[in-house]
This record gives sequence, C-alpha cells and structure tokens, in this order.
Amino acid sequence: MEHAMIYADNAATTKTSAAARRAMLDAMERFWGNPSSLHSPGQQAKEALQTARDTVAKAIGAQPREIYFTSGGSEADNQAIVSAAKTGARKGKKHLITTAIEHHAVLHTMDQLSKEGFEVTLVPVDASGIVKVEDVAASIREDTALVSVMFANNEIGAIQPIAEIGAVCREKNVPFHVDAVQAVGHLPIDVSAQNIDMLSLSGHKFHGPRGAGALYVRRGAPLLTFIHGGAQEAGRRAGTENLPAILGMATALEDSCAHMEENAAHAAKLRDALIDGLSKIPHSALNGDRERRLPGNVNFCFEGIEGESLLLLLDDKGIAASSGSACTSGSLDPSHVLLAIGRPHEVAHGSLRLTLDQENTMEDVEAIIKATTEVVNYLRDMSPVWKALQRGERNYVIQ
Amino acid sequence: MLYSEKVMDHFRNPRNVGEIADADGVGEVGNAKCGDIMKMYLKIEDGVIVDVKFETFGCGSAIATSSMATELIKGKKVEEALSLTNQAVVEALDGLPAHKIHCSVLAEEAVRAAIKDYYDKNGIAYEPDQFCTGDCACCHEHDHHE
Repeated sequence: MEHAMIYADNAATTKTSAAARRAMLDAMERFWGNPSSLHSPGQQAKEALQTARDTVAKAIGAQPREIYFTSGGSEADNQAIVSAAKTGARKGKKHLITTAIEHHAVLHTMDQLSKEGFEVTLVPVDASGIVKVEDVAASIREDTALVSVMFANNEIGAIQPIAEIGAVCREKNVPFHVDAVQAVGHLPIDVSAQNIDMLSLSGHKFHGPRGAGALYVRRGAPLLTFIHGGAQEAGRRAGTENLPAILGMATALEDSCAHMEENAAHAAKLRDALIDGLSKIPHSALNGDRERRLPGNVNFCFEGIEGESLLLLLDDKGIAASSGSACTSGSLDPSHVLLAIGRPHEVAHGSLRLTLDQENTMEDVEAIIKATTEVVNYLRDMSPVWKALQRGERNYVIQ
Repeated sequence: MLYSEKVMDHFRNPRNVGEIADADGVGEVGNAKCGDIMKMYLKIEDGVIVDVKFETFGCGSAIATSSMATELIKGKKVEEALSLTNQAVVEALDGLPAHKIHCSVLAEEAVRAAIKDYYDKNGIAYEPDQFCTGDCACCHEHDHHE
C-alpha cells in the first residue's frame, strides 16, 4: 500500500491493539511454560491462563470455570451446537432452532446435523433483519434440543432480542446458544441477565489476535469434548493452550469493555453520518434496522451495480470495505442475509458493508462518502442494467 | 492478489466502454439475478468490425473480460470475431481465477450474440447451431436461480 488506507472492515477483523501485542510478546517471553507442567515455568503459565479466564468471564458476567478457550468463534459455535444436539439426541430430542441470518459457522453446522438426522427450523427475520421472539417461541417443540440465535448480525449489524428469547428458552427448558462474535467487546453482555446458556466469542473482533476465542457454557450444562487427547479446558478441549493469543485476547477484551461506552458512541456517530451521506445516492437503501444495529455497522445496496467491482475500485481509492455479492463469496448466490431480509438477487449483488470503530474519524467518513458516490456513478455509467432502469425498461427495486 | 495485473489494468481502465447509437449488431447476455450482464455493440463495414463498445454490470473480471474481448475483435473480420473463444480471452488476460472463468464465457457469448443480431438484421444466412441456443452449460449455470 502506497498511501494510508481507511480501514472500514472491522467486522471482518480488527487490527491487533498495541496492548494486545505487548501482552502476546510478554507471554512468549515470560509464560512460555506448558500450563500442564508442574514445574515453576509451567505453573506461572497456568496462573497467567487463569488470569485470562477471569478477565473473559468478567466481561460477560460469567464465572471463570464457565469459560472454555477455543481457537476462535467458529470452533466455539461448532462445539456448542454439536454438543447440545448430541446431548438432546440421547433424550430423543432431535429438533434444532436457529435463524436465517446466522453466520455460516452456525448454519453449516446445522446443515451437517440435518444430514445426520436432526430436524432444523430456520426462523425468518423481518425486513430490518430482526427475529421475532414470538416466532422463536412458536418454533419450540417438546423435542427441541437447542435454540441458537446470534447476538448481532455480522453483515447488517441487526441486534437481536437476546434476553427475551433467552427468557422463553429458560421457561421452556431449552438450551440457548448465542453467537456473540460481533457483539462481545462492543455491546453490554451479561449471560445471567440475558438468560444465555452458551455463548461464542472471538478475539480478533475486538482488537485481539486471531487464533483465540472462547465458549461460555453455563455451569451444570453439558459440554461434549470435541478435541480429545488431554485434560486442558476441564477435559473439554485437548491441546496445549495458545497462551500468547489467549492473553492478547484477554487484554484486548478488558480494554474494549473499559471503553465500551465511549467507543460505541464514537462509532455510532460516524455510522449515522455515513448512513446519511450514502442515503443521498439515488436508488440506494440501508440494509438492516436503523436503530437496533451495531455501533459501527453500515450496509447499503446500490441498484444497477455489482459489489465486487465497487469494492475493488474503493480499494484503489484507499478504502477497505466488504460486500455481500456472489462474486466476493466465490459462490453464485449473494449473501443469505440480504436475501433473508427480502432483497432480490439483482440488488443483493450490489451491496457494500462498511464497519467502523474507534480508530476511524469523521474525515474517514467524508472520504468514504465521496469515494463511494464517485465509484457508484462510474459503475452505473457502464452498467446496462442501470441504463435499462433509467430508460424505464426495467423497474427499480429501490425507489 | 485475486487477479493478474492484466485483469486489473482492463478493470481499472476498460477499453471501448459505451454504446454505439447506430450499431449494426447488439448482443446482451447474462442475468442480473446472477450478478453479471454484458452488452456488446458492433459497427460493421464491409464485413469488418470497425468499432465495438460494451456495457457491463458485473464484477471486476466481468468488466475486464468484456474490455479484452472488444480489443480482440476490433478491426477483425466478422468471421474471425466469431471464432473468438473464452480461452483466448482468459489467455490474453494472463489467466482468471477458476470461479471467474464463466465471465470469459459470457464475453464470448456477448460477441456471438451481437454478431447473430447483425446476421439477423441483414438477412445473412448461418447455421443455427453456430450460436448459443440458451442450452449451454453457461446458461444453465445462470438459470438455476430462476
């Protein structure tokens, strides 16, 4: 990169913070022992690991013994869902409930389980991307083994009514898993108050490193072992702990929680300015709920253009963003989330996601608005779809 | 990088973008639902393609393959343009990622559709099986959302 990039893809990953990097280097220098060893270097590493567990537990209102470190959010989602499904199956419960807008770590795990004889109900969302509590409640049956709903959506930022869904699950005695990968460190989370039985989180979404995540499991709830071969993580996840990454994650999480309110206020201010600016582009539409959305999340559809070319040209202008177009996913279908909120294929291909955080500035927002407007106009000028819309040969989907 | 330098060059600086108002042949292929549509305009004099323009709705490689296809047929005889293959477009661009090969197929089809339009308008006879009948793999790929 020859010039400074404006990084607006924080939902994909965040830059590891200086404090997290220091904690990781410190871990490699001081806590290189194996936490399972009985000698001093091992025991020092074990203590550091325990400190990290305390920090992560505190961040979500859990007890340290309820935290299991994993390699990241995807592993945590996989283990939580498969464990709850298999535990339910032992009691004859083979029905699973999730939503249409989950991350693929949840949806593909559910797909795999449905091939193994489980029945999966996908609860729809409304046009703003929010699931209705009553729809989840109505889907629960005698044989439901698990309800899994994400805290906030990674593409359109829609924040789900977690505490209310949790209350329904608690009342009906169904385990409730929450993929909170996009929310932890950004929104207040309290697993007790929000009635959450299992929760997945990932270090690199809040300026920690990748390669570290965690699964919270309420004490007393069963958790089956995924990786066998050792007594680490209370026997639920074998393998020598990735201590540098775990300590980096804990440091970043502590920072994120300490500054959550101010960071969220800053990101939300930028988000709202960006939404206002991009709304001025004709035939554009915000995806997701205007109010109930992650502080830094902006997601738009622009009619008549395709998202990958938009992304690449923004990259040329020094802006790093993301899209839900099929071309960026390597598949033929555009984002399942945009389809679930009712965007037709041809419009879903023209989506742009910009995810901001405390490191972005109002100057960034102004530059993004200017560049996006230019690129959208440029691409529309060469788009036969846009020309046909303008000539009245096609009907606009976005007015 | 996802794309070769050549692809990025044709994507960033596409050649022959636009439309020809009095085109002798116009072809449009693809499907907005699948994320790419190409429209090709030909100006033909004495059996030679004297001008060509394109409009594309699509990803980076859709724009780059359209651009390269116009360069490869400009100044060529219609029959020569008809023998343009998607492989020739891919090679001229120093390759495409596997999941983008269908863009080069679309570019080839866009050229052929424009030539077919030219033949039809001018009453020039041709073998029907020379042209896409809507029954090729590319179209099936693009139809399966319908």
